[in-house]
Amino acid sequence: MELRRVVVTGLGALTPIGNTKDEYWDALISGKSGAAPITYFDTEKFKTKFACELKNFNATDFLDRKEARKMDRFTQYAMVASDEAIADSKLDLDKINKLRVGVIWGAGIGGLETFQQEVLNFADGDGTPRFNPFFIPKMIADIAPGNISIKHGFMGPNYTTVSACASSANAMIDALNTIRLGHCDVVVTGGSEAAVTIAGMGGFNAMHALSTRNESPETASRPFDATRDGFVLGEGAGAIILEDYEHAKARGAKIYAEVIGGGLSSDAYHMTAPHPDGIGVIAVMKNCLENAGIQPEEVDHINTHGTSTPLGDVAELKAISEVFGDHAKNISINSTKSMTGHLLGAAGAIESIASILAMEHGMVPPTINHEVVDENIDPELNLTLNKAQKRDVKVAMSNTFGFGGHNACVLFKKLD
Amino acid sequence: MSDIASRVKAIIVDKLGVDENEVVTEASFTNDLGADSLDTVELIMEFEKEFDIQIPDDQAENIATVGQAISYIEGAK
Repeated sequence: MELRRVVVTGLGALTPIGNTKDEYWDALISGKSGAAPITYFDTEKFKTKFACELKNFNATDFLDRKEARKMDRFTQYAMVASDEAIADSKLDLDKINKLRVGVIWGAGIGGLETFQQEVLNFADGDGTPRFNPFFIPKMIADIAPGNISIKHGFMGPNYTTVSACASSANAMIDALNTIRLGHCDVVVTGGSEAAVTIAGMGGFNAMHALSTRNESPETASRPFDATRDGFVLGEGAGAIILEDYEHAKARGAKIYAEVIGGGLSSDAYHMTAPHPDGIGVIAVMKNCLENAGIQPEEVDHINTHGTSTPLGDVAELKAISEVFGDHAKNISINSTKSMTGHLLGAAGAIESIASILAMEHGMVPPTINHEVVDENIDPELNLTLNKAQKRDVKVAMSNTFGFGGHNACVLFKKLD
Repeated sequence: MSDIASRVKAIIVDKLGVDENEVVTEASFTNDLGADSLDTVELIMEFEKEFDIQIPDDQAENIATVGQAISYIEGAK
């Protein structure tokens, strides 16, 4: 059977640097950092006292109070971003066949704050298990797409993919293949995360995964800089409407880009450390190129996983050089995590949106906070340091890698 | 309105997100105030916490309206 072509027809973003797709883009090209001291809880005894929280976000501006109360923040974010993407797609929800609309979402953790709060309440009590009846349905990672489908009546495939920081890239690839195979006309995909909590910060700190640059939060996320010391935790959501190309064309939809391929692989090596030779990362980019049926030389932009960790950044760039050879130096490489922080299960979605908007605007957002050259990085690579660069992006790749050794890679192409 | 009645109504307004005027004595949680099965369980738990009482499940099943909640709690205190 012939695979259907799949295009992007709607975008929504709720990020630490902008609460809509347009605000997000403006912040990306101006090189704005989303990092600041944590406001959600007292960080006095925490090693890391900052994160990329959302700014000026009140769930009740978007959801009624009763509805909002039954949702963990990761679901609230999902509702807001998916509403923006659905509106942006201009889909007429009264006309489309909702049996053929799916929601495939990504979340690395799910309702961590809900879990934390319920367990704290129990620990404060006399041993009587007074758990809230909404505890489990608020916490489970699949409730975000569940709620999106309930709100809009989308009755197609509905689930969450969980692969840590690769979760939303996994979701997009499943969405791509679901439409390719003709099971759906439209899939609402993307991901959301809300792990800036006591348990989230404490847990990642215990792994020595987070930057501890408390004296300068806004410069702490510094991918590819020699003095990088870990990632900065972020939160938010990205939503992407994927649609069958013929379906989109028939309704005269605005088409942002075509999704031409997805790649998946596993390091099969260590729970959290990247493979030193990057074999899984090399494999995922090769898989993705092969799945898309294009040559490495056609790729002109890569939004890296680039989390600002000492080992991961170098391993990824080495893998890019291995896969792309001499062409690697022609690619506009960046890490927008330098601005947004690391949104875990939402990272693949918001970074894909950054790449899609880079195509639309002919401009690649920068990797900010670069000060000190890392001698382990090939100086010929163009890492889009500190300032956005004009570039007519025709093919863009988005990489994400998750704890557990999960690697996912997506390729987007500008339609002629 | 008794102190218990006003506290019960405040909990219902808060948890069910309804207008205070709708929370009349004969109003049913599910039929009139839009509660689902989980909301009802949560309401019972909030009454237990607010009034420091235990409401066994077989008793909770009989508390379906605002008035029934108030009289149960008045009897239990």
